[in-house]
Amino acid sequence: MPDATGLELLAKDLGDAALRTVYFREQATVEVDPGRIREVLSDLRGRGFNFLASVHGVDHYPEEPRLGVVYELIDMRKVDRLTVKVRVPLDTPEVDSVTPEWPTADHQEREVYDMFGVVFNGHPDLRRILMPEDYEGHPQRRDFPVGGEPVIFTRDESKWLEHRE
Amino acid sequence: MATGGTRVEVKRERLGTVGGTDGLRVKNLNAHQLLRGGDIEGPNQPAHLDGEELTRYVEERVLTTTLDSAVAWARSNSFFPLAFGLACCAMEQFQAAGPRMDIARFGFEAFRASPRQADLIILAGRVSIKMAPIIRRLYDQMLEPKWAISMGACCSSMGVFNNYALVPADKFMPIDVHVPGCPPRPEALMHGILKLRDLVQNDPEAGWRERYDAVGTEERP
Repeated sequence: MPDATGLELLAKDLGDAALRTVYFREQATVEVDPGRIREVLSDLRGRGFNFLASVHGVDHYPEEPRLGVVYELIDMRKVDRLTVKVRVPLDTPEVDSVTPEWPTADHQEREVYDMFGVVFNGHPDLRRILMPEDYEGHPQRRDFPVGGEPVIFTRDESKWLEHRE
Repeated sequence: MATGGTRVEVKRERLGTVGGTDGLRVKNLNAHQLLRGGDIEGPNQPAHLDGEELTRYVEERVLTTTLDSAVAWARSNSFFPLAFGLACCAMEQFQAAGPRMDIARFGFEAFRASPRQADLIILAGRVSIKMAPIIRRLYDQMLEPKWAISMGACCSSMGVFNNYALVPADKFMPIDVHVPGCPPRPEALMHGILKLRDLVQNDPEAGWRERYDAVGTEERP
């Protein structure tokens, strides 16, 4: 884990691609420009963070920019972790895909697309992964209705049949 | 045997001789003779029984029933479940086949890997909208007559996952028995299967075709 000073030094090395740093409970986070995420991750790989542990989405409703994508990097030699975040607005939710450099991101980016509707430019096969392909909407967004339906128990069945006829 | 030892000599005595004078002649026919139609007088002679002997012979060996009942009895005691699990309920389903519950006692232990060899599908777990057409297809591939058990809260009423992702099993296929629980214990599944057995045995007209007015729509070769 880079300490607070290490995080600032790292952000300085990243230059103007790094927008913000957060150091909270020994967890180092750097927020970067969505258009330069590939460049930043390649840079960090050169610094030892060569394992992409997770890619996941966040909905920051009602804040803007609303949607976020979080990349968890691990340095396996120094046993070091770094969180890289990007934030994109709802009307243009576009992030460059990192799948060409990090093949593990393939299905995880598809999941973020499926659940949050973030479009990953340059992804080789961007389609839904969990929901049916003809599904409408992105169910993990916080303004998406939870859904579900009333359950018909045996004691209600006669009413249900009347309603059907 | 040494005297004073703990072991005791046990003498076995014959309990009356086979073919004695008091028994009827029927008793004396052995399996070989019955099979070949032989008699006690000679192995290849037909057995000559009449009167009281013949009546007892028939009463002891023949049971009358209807063909439908016999078929229902056979079916209900040898379900071939499909080896199919969806979620955590599947763990309990495996345990029903394990040594503690042991559904082999009732003749249901032959889990089939292909729906074309199975006649019972146990939906053990939650059914997502994406999985529903696949399950429907498996069910359609099963041979008639076929039955379905909905195991657990999720696929009966969607349970704690009553949201955008799930669909109750009754919406896309006929279910014969619902087993409640989250997940149900193997005993509960056992109880459900035995309920289904009673249904098939005692009320064969309660199959899904009868319930859904689908008699006559069977596929014919």
